Amino acid sequence: MLLKGEGASRGLPFSKEKGKIIVNDKIILLFAIDTKGGKAMQPDNVIEMLHITKRFPGIIANDDITLQLRRGEVHALLGENGAGKSTLMSVLFGLYQPEEGTIRKNGQEVKINNPNDATALGIGMVHQHFKLIEVFTVLDNIILGAETTKLGFLQKKEARAKVEALSEKYGLKVDLDAKVEDITVGMQQRVEILKMLYRDNEILIFDEPTAVLTPQEIEDLLETMRAFAAEGKSILFISHKLNEIMSVADRVTVLRKGKYVGTVDTKDTDKQSLSNMMVGRPVQLEVVKDEAKPQQPVLQVRNLRVPSATHKRDAVNDVSFDVRAGEIVCIAGIDGNGQSELVYGLTGLEKCSGGTVTLCGEDISHASIRERGQNMSHIPEDRHKHGLILDFTLEQNMVLQRFQEPKFQHNGFIDNAAVRSYSDQLIGQYDVRSGQGSITVARSMSGGNQQKAIIARELDRDKPLIMAVQPTRGLDVGAIEYIHSQLIAERDKGNAILLVSLELDEVMSLSDRILVLYEGEIVGELDPKKTDVQELGLYMAGAKRQDRKGASGV
Amino acid sequence: MKEKSGGLFAKEGTKTVISSVISIIIGMVVGSIIILLVGLSNQSLGISSVGEGILLVFGGLFSTGRNAAGALTFGFNSTNFGNMLFRATPLILTGLSVAIAYKTGLFNIGAPGQYLMGTMTTLLVALSIPTGSSTLYENGGCPAWLVWVLAFLAGMLAGALWGAIPGLVKAYLNINEVLACIMCNWIAANLVTWVFENSVLRNTIESGKTGYIYKTSYNGVATAKLGLDKLFSGSQVNGGILVAIILAILVYILMDKTTMGYQLKACGSNRHSARYAGISDKRNIVLSMAISGALAGAGASLYYLAGNTEFFWSTYQSLPDAGFTGISVALLASCNPIGCVFTGCFMSMLDICGLQLTNLTAYNEYITDVIISVIVYLSAFSLLIRMLLTSKKKDDGHEDNANADTESDAGKNASSGGGTSSGVAGANSVKTASAAGKGGEAL
Repeated sequence: MLLKGEGASRGLPFSKEKGKIIVNDKIILLFAIDTKGGKAMQPDNVIEMLHITKRFPGIIANDDITLQLRRGEVHALLGENGAGKSTLMSVLFGLYQPEEGTIRKNGQEVKINNPNDATALGIGMVHQHFKLIEVFTVLDNIILGAETTKLGFLQKKEARAKVEALSEKYGLKVDLDAKVEDITVGMQQRVEILKMLYRDNEILIFDEPTAVLTPQEIEDLLETMRAFAAEGKSILFISHKLNEIMSVADRVTVLRKGKYVGTVDTKDTDKQSLSNMMVGRPVQLEVVKDEAKPQQPVLQVRNLRVPSATHKRDAVNDVSFDVRAGEIVCIAGIDGNGQSELVYGLTGLEKCSGGTVTLCGEDISHASIRERGQNMSHIPEDRHKHGLILDFTLEQNMVLQRFQEPKFQHNGFIDNAAVRSYSDQLIGQYDVRSGQGSITVARSMSGGNQQKAIIARELDRDKPLIMAVQPTRGLDVGAIEYIHSQLIAERDKGNAILLVSLELDEVMSLSDRILVLYEGEIVGELDPKKTDVQELGLYMAGAKRQDRKGASGV
Repeated sequence: MKEKSGGLFAKEGTKTVISSVISIIIGMVVGSIIILLVGLSNQSLGISSVGEGILLVFGGLFSTGRNAAGALTFGFNSTNFGNMLFRATPLILTGLSVAIAYKTGLFNIGAPGQYLMGTMTTLLVALSIPTGSSTLYENGGCPAWLVWVLAFLAGMLAGALWGAIPGLVKAYLNINEVLACIMCNWIAANLVTWVFENSVLRNTIESGKTGYIYKTSYNGVATAKLGLDKLFSGSQVNGGILVAIILAILVYILMDKTTMGYQLKACGSNRHSARYAGISDKRNIVLSMAISGALAGAGASLYYLAGNTEFFWSTYQSLPDAGFTGISVALLASCNPIGCVFTGCFMSMLDICGLQLTNLTAYNEYITDVIISVIVYLSAFSLLIRMLLTSKKKDDGHEDNANADTESDAGKNASSGGGTSSGVAGANSVKTASAAGKGGEAL
């Protein structure tokens, strides 16, 4: 229906005439023409969430929160983990009923009892973790639940034409016949976006959409969001990343601990004041650290090869480097250039196909994961897959590697009291917040606190080598500041740190030495003080490379 | 809205018990309805026997027969109680077998095969070593208790080995354990038949018996009564039930208190994290299946070592019920080892009720089979009922979504479009709710 008529073939698919906004020949709103009078400003808000209060036992998740989304704006929702952003969006999406407050669409009060109501009102959402069926094709996923049928038979042809047109129009390239399990995360996200567009949604909620994307994909996504806004769609954008918010959003609403802090225009504010609003105290955005004092090498990697799970070529190809005590070495690169495999090879999660790894003077090339763990702690990339057992309690997770130490078990029986007190101590020391302390089930904790729990566990093991893989992914500035300071403290204690990061800011600010990984090879070794983001980007994109022959003895 | 949480009804354990009880009640009610329908449609039964039938289905355990006037009498019936415990013994153990595998993320549908292998090995050992009091052998000298112990251990070992096969196949070849288990079941059924087909252990002494193996009591081997026969006079009960209860407690301790249980559960909950932490996932999968198999084998051993039970060896066309009933015992108990003791007793109680129904009324015992089947179906639903109980809590605002930023996503989408995916997402949402329901979180 959306593409019927000439509207679609013209450059801009919407026009504004005499109090109507017409998108693709469809009148989506009639509003008061009088834009000079004060009250006429009201209908400009396409969605208003007024004085929303949502309580859960023991906590007020949303306390009298008001959010007004204007037509054609990108409105960012900013807050720390657990500030109530997701609850608010769940209320808008019909998953929760607020105890107090009303929701209005185009000035009229609406009741959203379930996601189907939300869809009917034109509200769509891209979840942080995609809701796609992996074994279905892209097209099937897009039309699922909104299938066009004739006598009960699917009319995929029409659907395909509509999706193709949408994909063309917004530059959302997808392979309609590929199965979702075979496509990249970035493409999966485009599928989610097309899902919303296919349903003619006008209000688009993006829940931390950039957390899983590469820098280039992020740029594309932000561009797409701008295009949506330009044609009158309204966008709610949940994010922690201040750079993105500043670049794409028109206004920002900040929440803190379930309370409304304020709404500001991005043009009237800056990153520092936004983060202060969010955290409630002045935040150190810049990393402060002293000069590194590298000592003896802790980790020595020579000619390492790690096979790839997906293709025949080695994902890590002849990589050699050292990490010395008292320095932070960062592996930079665009996602998928062998970082994960390198870490798997070093930690033993994947068998290496060649080369040697020496840790603290011992050859661990063929050692088991447990043996390697004697001198290495590992903050994993995927905290749900590897980092935590989500159905275990926090205290059980805190001793994941250590439960067999004499301190925590006697003759094979776990000493629950010792585990509890150790867990309580870590929780206190690293400020891990959870509903019921040590006995909280890990699944019920917020992402930031789950990560803090992993950091607490890994750093407290106090190993000479700390492998931190994207330790701040998806976290808010407060948590990032904290994790950075912890890593620097470990460095200053004389531990060696191998950091893998996709965030250029993090790479530049935290590391003492940068190794750029491109297609499984180290193509450059850079000093963060002597290089800049542009040069780093060239190495990451494979446009530039150093000759590192004989550089193994770094 | 309700601000209170953590009350008795919010506890996971309470929900578990309630959901199991609901399954049982529905099963009983369905049984009663069938009794009613059968009674009304059959002229020889009539309305009065309907009442009696229903009474016996619910209270058959306490039935003491009929009095002079022909009315049903009820009271403590030691025979019924004893037999209930006797029949519960193998069910408790196969239930434990399924439960322990389930807790470690595996579905052991191979309990019947493990049970058969346990049966075979136990009988071979118990009947092949001549004891002093044997009627089969002339010059026996081995103490009967030693043979008993050897036979019991052999049964467990055989079950363990048979259970380990699907475990190995799963761990090293990544073949689904359900498929491997089902194949192992039928291999066991045929193997057992083949082994006994030409064996000298077939019962040829009692005339008229074909296809049975000697009772172990022919070789003087039988489980000690430990005074239980005096407590429950007239019944078949023996010390086996105590062994089963002790094993249930041991399994509970193993799973909840030891590092081994921690590792098993870690592998079951998240194989990747377990590997990350240096726990060998392969080893634990095999171990879990072996323990499961050992428990099923122990169930078989205890049943056939009773001395008064005999094994029909030509079993290649059927698998023992005890193995499959173990699945419902475990599910009804929500895989709690101690719970298995009670649900095992409950399942055997239904058997007893069926017998009472046959003996005292014109109904036949197959009605209790219907009830058992309904409960078996519903025991799978007990998980669903528990989810429903939990999701009701969710509506009351039990889930603290605010603080489960990343987690709650699973529940957030009953799919924007609905359709088939909403079922999947819906289930996720319940799961999330139940997990998040356990703990609200600040910040």
